[in-house]
Amino acid sequence: MFKLTTTTAVATRSLLAKPFAAVAVRSYHPKVIDHYEKPRNVGSFNKNDPFVGTGLVGAPACGDVMKLQIKVDEDSGKIVDVRFKTFGCGSAIASSSYMTERVRGMTLDDAAKIKNTEVAKELCLPPVKLHCSMLAEDAIKSAIKDYKRKRATASATATASSSGAAEAAAASA
Amino acid sequence: MSLNRLVQRSHMLRSLRASSVLNTRFALSPATAALHTSARRLQAAQAATEETIDKSTLTPSPDSLGFKFNQVKDDEFTRPVYLDMQATSPLDPRVLDAMMPYMTELYGNPHSRTHSYGWETEKAVDGAREHIANLIGADSKEIIFTSGATESNNLSIKGVARFYKGKKNHIITTQTEHKCVLDSCRVLTDEGFEVTYLPVGTNGLINMKDLEAAIRPDTALVSIMAVNNEIGVIQPLEEIGKLCRSKKIFFHTDAAQAVGKIPIDVNKMNIDLLSISGHKIYGPKGVGAVYVRRRPRVRLAPLITGGGQERGLRSGTVPAPLAVGLGAACKVALDEMAYDHERISHLSERLIKGITDKVKHVHRNGDPVQSYPGCVNLSFAYVEGESLLMALKDIALSSGSACTSASLEPSYVLRALGADDDMAHSSIRFGLGRFTTEEEVEFVISRVVAHVDKLRDMSPLWEMVQEGIDISKIEWTQHA
Repeated sequence: MFKLTTTTAVATRSLLAKPFAAVAVRSYHPKVIDHYEKPRNVGSFNKNDPFVGTGLVGAPACGDVMKLQIKVDEDSGKIVDVRFKTFGCGSAIASSSYMTERVRGMTLDDAAKIKNTEVAKELCLPPVKLHCSMLAEDAIKSAIKDYKRKRATASATATASSSGAAEAAAASA
Repeated sequence: MSLNRLVQRSHMLRSLRASSVLNTRFALSPATAALHTSARRLQAAQAATEETIDKSTLTPSPDSLGFKFNQVKDDEFTRPVYLDMQATSPLDPRVLDAMMPYMTELYGNPHSRTHSYGWETEKAVDGAREHIANLIGADSKEIIFTSGATESNNLSIKGVARFYKGKKNHIITTQTEHKCVLDSCRVLTDEGFEVTYLPVGTNGLINMKDLEAAIRPDTALVSIMAVNNEIGVIQPLEEIGKLCRSKKIFFHTDAAQAVGKIPIDVNKMNIDLLSISGHKIYGPKGVGAVYVRRRPRVRLAPLITGGGQERGLRSGTVPAPLAVGLGAACKVALDEMAYDHERISHLSERLIKGITDKVKHVHRNGDPVQSYPGCVNLSFAYVEGESLLMALKDIALSSGSACTSASLEPSYVLRALGADDDMAHSSIRFGLGRFTTEEEVEFVISRVVAHVDKLRDMSPLWEMVQEGIDISKIEWTQHA
């Protein structure tokens, strides 16, 4: 008799727990909302600055475009400052905002190793939003690539003629 | 004699029990009254903007399996302003009043022939049928109750096609139809029918010449919606009906978003089949109707067979309370159509003007004249729709963007208009209705203006446009 009552109570509780879980899945995770409402490091650097790398990934037709810029200290090879601008859903904005926080102070090599899964895990992105985290990974990689390309061109020109370095960097951007 | 006495007795019983029905009604009235306390709610909404989404969502109380429920507390948190009338509309309190007796005391099966319980319910269902017929200029015998517009559309399209299969095997529809029409057509394609999907112009309207050219000797049905659910455009029903009648082709229209909102006359417009939904017109959810013309007769193969109810076209007991509710909703809609239309037009103009005066690069999707004013679809260039929806958490809205789906495909309706993909991703639908207030519209304008500006400051596309870069010329990297 007693046992029976307990089982019923448990069954009722688990039944009732369901709608609340559904609500939690449907709405955004608090971490996403936090990044979305208070985005970190929004803005732009001058893309012609020789120490700035710019990554522009995504496409308007897909509903996501991410621009991520890094400012690098040439001596230490570390990222000293980061900025982003994103056209996309809340998860895309949160992913890029999180990425800017994550890479600040990192060396370029370490930053290039950040995987999208880390972003997705941190922000608890649902499967349909995983592409947002992939875009953030693409964005940082693209920014690093841009910076490295700029430096390679700059140093090449510097050896040829040190006076033309600034123009060459500007032209390559 | 005995019959009369029985009816009398049931009337007496009803009046005796009326007080208890009234009590039930009053117990519910705080919830329905909440619809109208928008001013108070608005103040609370502004104060509660910092609240997270889950807090502003009403969750059922642990004992809602019984009859108790938690009152929405205005002072603690508030629910968003509802501007999604194309998705569903709130139940009009007058409709609830009409339904309540059939939810409680008058529970007879309308198909019961042998006792007064059945007769009184049948009478109510027939009265509801009359109200629905009046709204569209039909005869009450031509109204068939269904579970909603999706079933009505399925029955009309599959029913006509399957009945006339062999003689005729071609169907014409448009690219911007509701999914249930498109999917019914897809199923028929598998069954050997041919379907022509008419394109629409950039304003969302079909070209009559395209329709005329698509008609073939074996065309069985033309199915074109009255009011589009995403962009609100009104197709030229009268011209389509005239053309179809002259070619002796049946004309079906999905009027789920049109009935009760714009005048519809099935005889003047030569409509042979018409789908109606209950919950789009302040009626109950789970009920709809289909108008099936009797002269000249339209014959259908039923989807659901059984007891042969509804002229054998839709077996199954008619849900009397829901049918009565649909009838009451149609009656209220007919009585108040002119008033509602004027009010909603005014609110709609105010919304559009309020937003476009303060925000640049806003495009209204769909024809601005040939459309229902309660459906305003705007594209905010360089701002992604879903992120704007997230910012507008105090407002319940819908977006044409489908970032949530794995395909990343934006609305097929907006694509059919030839809208650029990025504009389709930037679209938001504002659905105004009978219970929308001026204060709510003002609140929405202020919120939209503030958040579009904020999101544009964050948008790389907006930045490029400010720098004079043509973003359509950039080669974008496509990601998986």
